[in-house]
Amino acid sequence: MAITVHCDIVSAEQEIFSGSVQFLVASGYNGDLGIMPGHAALLTTLEAGPVRVVKENGDEEVIFVSGGFLEVQPHRVTVLANTATRARDLDEEAAVKAKEHAKELIANQQADVDYSRATAELAEAVARLRTIQQFREHK
Amino acid sequence: MAVGKEIRTQISSINNTRKITRAMEKVAASKTRKAQDRMAASRPYAERIRQVVGHLANANPEYKHRYLTEREAKRVGYIVISSDRGLCGGLNVNVFKKAIKDMKQFADSNVEIDICAIGGKAVSFFRNYGGNVTAAFTGLGDAPKADNLVGSVKVMLDAFDEGRIDRLYVVSNEFVNTMTQTPTIEQLLPLKAEENTELQHHWDYIYEPGAVEILDELLVRYIESQVYQSVVENIACEQAARMLAMKNATDNAGDIIDELQLVYNKARQAAITQEISEIVSGAAAV
Repeated sequence: MAITVHCDIVSAEQEIFSGSVQFLVASGYNGDLGIMPGHAALLTTLEAGPVRVVKENGDEEVIFVSGGFLEVQPHRVTVLANTATRARDLDEEAAVKAKEHAKELIANQQADVDYSRATAELAEAVARLRTIQQFREHK
Repeated sequence: MAVGKEIRTQISSINNTRKITRAMEKVAASKTRKAQDRMAASRPYAERIRQVVGHLANANPEYKHRYLTEREAKRVGYIVISSDRGLCGGLNVNVFKKAIKDMKQFADSNVEIDICAIGGKAVSFFRNYGGNVTAAFTGLGDAPKADNLVGSVKVMLDAFDEGRIDRLYVVSNEFVNTMTQTPTIEQLLPLKAEENTELQHHWDYIYEPGAVEILDELLVRYIESQVYQSVVENIACEQAARMLAMKNATDNAGDIIDELQLVYNKARQAAITQEISEIVSGAAAV
């Protein structure tokens, strides 16, 4: 049997995933990081992006988080997401549209456009698309 | 027959009221279930984040956050959570009573009070009662989004950051079961570090980017999630209380209809008896 660690992925509104995992990849503050069982205690903020878990039986699941925290303890990994969506529930078309819209806003900058907000929207849309892509690759 | 016309109209109007209360009871019953599910769904986040904050408090970080340090109360803040709509028994009144009783203690010792009212009933109550309402939020709906609440919570957090308030409490209903909801007051700020017996040895996390930034963000999230949890719980309480209140109303309407029906029947019988005796005595006279 594979070595596993217990992992919980929760958002403010619901619990998305709870169970044993062999491996977990998330987009941390300093870039993507992989967590395996026995990782040192760690607390980091998460950027918008995919969280990929390899479950006990080898199945993979990709979950989109819009930001949050990752806590690693010897026997437990916790992802506290601001909002979380399973990759298969993501709407690719909407994400592409959101990306184009945000790009447009940034390109034709007018006085009433909130630049920082548009950038944040763009980053999130790109992260969504990245999640969908990863979901396809690992299906 | 003209007998008891008023009584008949009264019966039919109470009957209509009973139909409405019965429908409201049914609606509240199905909403209670959904609200309870929602409450259960948001609980893991609140619990996990509480654990993480508990670990942080125990991990002896090199930095003591302002949310964790106790200071003398010169001005305190209350977040009072109520429902948007009425017809739910004594639910909101109980919360307000509890809040006012607690506020009185501070008022007696010349501590000023700021109020953040969430829910239509709380907003209108404190407008009439006369409190210093610094933030208000209404129109929660059945499934409030965490993002919507952030604004009003932030007003209170900012006030705490700037030292305008020294303590923050949240007053709301606790969902015990469908029959019982108890108003409770919880202290949000400063946070009380939980005693944790299993992690007594000294250890610390690796922080990315740094303990200060993470703590800042995490504690704000923690407070928000606590308030969100209270709001979701209060909605479940509201629906359960409404279900109960409407059930009582339906039962009472039934009782009144029965009584009126009896009065009506008696009146009708008396009228018939009188008529017969008139006819009989008329026939005897002939």
